[in-house]
Amino acid sequence: MKRKDFIRNASMGMGALFLPKSMLYANQVDAAALLDTRFDIPQKKRMADIALNAARSKGATYTDVRIGRYLNQFVITREDKVENVVNTESYGIGIRVIANGSWGFAATDNLDTDSIAKTAALAVSIAKENARLLTEPVQLAPQKGQGEVSWKTPIEKNAFEVPIKEKVDLLLSVNDAAMKGGANYMNSLLFLVNEQKYFASSDGSYIDQDIHRIWPTFSITKIDATSGKFETRSALSSPMGMGYEYLNPSAADTIKGLTGNLYRNRYDMLQDAKDGAKQVQEKMIAKSVDAGKYDLVIDPTNLFLTIHESSGHPSELDRVLGYEANFAGTSFLTLDKWKAGNFNYGSKLVNIVADKLQPNSLGAVGFDDEGVETQEWDIIKDGVLVNYQATRDQAHILGLKQSQGCCYADNWSSVQFQRMPNISLKPGKETMSPADIVKNVEKGIYIVGESSYSIDQQRYNFQFSGQLFYEIKNGKIGPMLKDVAYQSNTQEFWNSVTAIADKRDYRLGGSFFDGKGQPGQVSAVSHGASTTRFNGINVINTARKI
Amino acid sequence: MAILNKEDAQALLKKVLAFSTSDECEVSLSGVEGGNIRYARNAVSTAGDTNTLTLAIRSVYGKKSGTATINEFDDASLKKCVQRAEELAKLSPENPEYMPMRGPISYKESKSFIPATAAIQPDTRAEAVAKSIKVSKDSKLESAGYIENRTSFVAVMNSKGFFGYNKGTDVIFSVTTRNQEGTGSGYAARGFNDVSKLDTAEATRVAAQKANGSANAKAIEPGKYTVILEPIAATYMLENMFRGFDARTADEGRSFMSKPGGGNRIGEQLVDEKVSIYSDPFHPELPDATWNGEGFALDRVNWIEKGVVKNLSYSQFWAQKKNVAAGPFASNIIMEGGTASLEELIKSTERGILVSKLWYIRLVDAQSLLLTGLTRDGTFYIENGQIKYPIKNMRFNESPVIMLNNVEALGKAERSISIESNRSYLIPPMKIRDFTFTSLSDAV
Repeated sequence: MKRKDFIRNASMGMGALFLPKSMLYANQVDAAALLDTRFDIPQKKRMADIALNAARSKGATYTDVRIGRYLNQFVITREDKVENVVNTESYGIGIRVIANGSWGFAATDNLDTDSIAKTAALAVSIAKENARLLTEPVQLAPQKGQGEVSWKTPIEKNAFEVPIKEKVDLLLSVNDAAMKGGANYMNSLLFLVNEQKYFASSDGSYIDQDIHRIWPTFSITKIDATSGKFETRSALSSPMGMGYEYLNPSAADTIKGLTGNLYRNRYDMLQDAKDGAKQVQEKMIAKSVDAGKYDLVIDPTNLFLTIHESSGHPSELDRVLGYEANFAGTSFLTLDKWKAGNFNYGSKLVNIVADKLQPNSLGAVGFDDEGVETQEWDIIKDGVLVNYQATRDQAHILGLKQSQGCCYADNWSSVQFQRMPNISLKPGKETMSPADIVKNVEKGIYIVGESSYSIDQQRYNFQFSGQLFYEIKNGKIGPMLKDVAYQSNTQEFWNSVTAIADKRDYRLGGSFFDGKGQPGQVSAVSHGASTTRFNGINVINTARKI
Repeated sequence: MAILNKEDAQALLKKVLAFSTSDECEVSLSGVEGGNIRYARNAVSTAGDTNTLTLAIRSVYGKKSGTATINEFDDASLKKCVQRAEELAKLSPENPEYMPMRGPISYKESKSFIPATAAIQPDTRAEAVAKSIKVSKDSKLESAGYIENRTSFVAVMNSKGFFGYNKGTDVIFSVTTRNQEGTGSGYAARGFNDVSKLDTAEATRVAAQKANGSANAKAIEPGKYTVILEPIAATYMLENMFRGFDARTADEGRSFMSKPGGGNRIGEQLVDEKVSIYSDPFHPELPDATWNGEGFALDRVNWIEKGVVKNLSYSQFWAQKKNVAAGPFASNIIMEGGTASLEELIKSTERGILVSKLWYIRLVDAQSLLLTGLTRDGTFYIENGQIKYPIKNMRFNESPVIMLNNVEALGKAERSISIESNRSYLIPPMKIRDFTFTSLSDAV
């Protein structure tokens, strides 16, 4: 449905951390304990076989087993203080079965033989119970067994092995840079995730995966005590499927953007804090925007979130079918539009692709949580809706012979379901830079960084804000603007695309805690894009007095 | 067994504290038991059970603290956990804002535990869902919904002599019903401590009525309108404001509670005098924990009285810095209402919009607390005291502070839940003038 507000805006009076439920239930441990691998692969295979055999003997026609160890580390600071360092670990087994044509699921953190067998039997009995209310039996797309295989995020430096002191020192130096640059307050955070997942299924797959994610971020606040006005500027980093190497600055991955530094696969947090301290002061005195129609030139640091909400969520097949109707909602991309084969989602320049392969992306894994090898496919081709995102039990609806590999659970104790893969806007085919795009814009706004976001339950009407806005007049970037939000309709918005920068400008943005389902589960997903121009978009002025 | 009684919890915590060698130590034990069913397209999609018991130990040396948790309760495991917390504390950086733990307090028992709710079994949930599905099938609608019940307890003891125990139950239910054509949608949500108050068939009938009533909506021009927000809609909007009842961010100058020139708005008229908002863990309709994790007994606190800001929460650190008494943020929120029913509010409205539910609310501007979001699942045009026709959903940009300055009338407060946090509140339906809609949505 929506990205989880995991950090409440500090100015809203919380400054507190809102962790996803799966992390709240995890146990806190010391950093050293995170490096202890607990069980080796032969032990995990033995436990998985216990579950597979027990489920089969109770009448399951299909079983999959996930033995998961989920590690998180959070380092939280403000100004010259460490507010908290949290390490969490969650370990257990989740067993999913089909019996009498229905799904059943059970999980336990007790990994004794007896406990695993009992849990498998419980999953079967739940499936049989659910089968009594069944309307149509589960149809599972065929999947060949993968045998014994493994996959690992190709990290250069395991962030969990970096001493806490090094992380604290980095964040405090970043805070210091912002404070010396004139900030009144500075909050910075570092989030680390490691999923150690072992998957086994009755198809004959035994898959071991080691997945890493990282997100450094901050928020700079500037106050004018006399007027009572304040402004904030958040980091221009992205959450990435990477190790600690993301925090090693590199000139090659620092882009000298139209109005300042932007980052690709390496992030210079210190430089961004220095830039941010200057920009937040500029925001204080920026001109309030005149509401009206503008041509928007949107940087990937902002556009990724619009892609997430207006392209990613509406093409989730479970939403289209009504399984999310009570919470996240349904979708305007109904099956009849797909079947027609000519639904005009966007302009001919718009190509939106799904994948779980892109290096450094949050979605990159070798196999999904149903043992399906990950892949890439088109969602929107030359502006037309051509496909959705599906799991094994949905593939037949699309006439597919195999699942697209979109199944994910955020914990061993959560049941896996359809989750968004990376959804990205392909770069323009013609050679074009962001500067080339701007030079043809008469009246426009250049937008950098993500902020407020909201979209309706069928993904038609949306409103997004941003971190930095600059006036574009007669092909030139002018002074900073503030109080800007753009409102549009998904189909009109994507049909207004008139230029997309080429692959040299392509970058990943991402959502670290995308929430969906009841009870809620999170997932992490990246969205690639190059700077894109949208013509004639409605901009509102958001300044109000209380 | 995830739910321990007071005596057993106290004995376990005492044992753990005896293993501690740090300057200060706090041990907390929490357990949750419960389950859920999710359904869609008039059939069950998933079902799950929860059963967890966790012990957390916080050890402190000077201003350095470390926390470790465990879910094994033999003596050796408990000792190991204490040692780990102590090692972590020694290694952790000093927190200059650390405040010493608090000593014993007396507090009154909470009324948040209801045995009938604690006794819910999987078949109780299945039956509740079957009732809901029957109503939607009988109405030729497709339903999707969710029911979840929890029994939980928390017990905290520290080396300064503090001990607190609280046990509670809750059950939440929500349902969305849609017509076959996809042109009408309705919703209802309920949250109670006491399951005997939950009637899933009644709630589904309300959702079904909204679904049928909202079909074939007409578009009206966005702009400023008088709105009647049903409690579900008002709760979601106001929850974003309640989070800001904090002195520190106000004093730091980065909240809608900040005063130009410095300080906070305590004592100022912030909203209309019809508005009074308070916390009271002893309210019979919204019972809650009567002490909090910082070691304070909780009682009634008035946040806004007749529109004037009366209190903000002060953490112990901020209270000491400002030389005032610490004031904890209470766990429940109640907004006083009037005596009018929703029907009477509609009857007294010449022209306006009835909003059943709001959706995807996000902060646009922290300075003014400007929020954006959309109407959903039943929006109706009112003329001359009557609902005339359903209208298409619209996006709003409005601040709850401005909204509470534009209160025309309040109905009778009722228990309502936030569709995002699932927290329960007591909130009245409210009639608000000049509520700002900025665009139309095609969503149903």
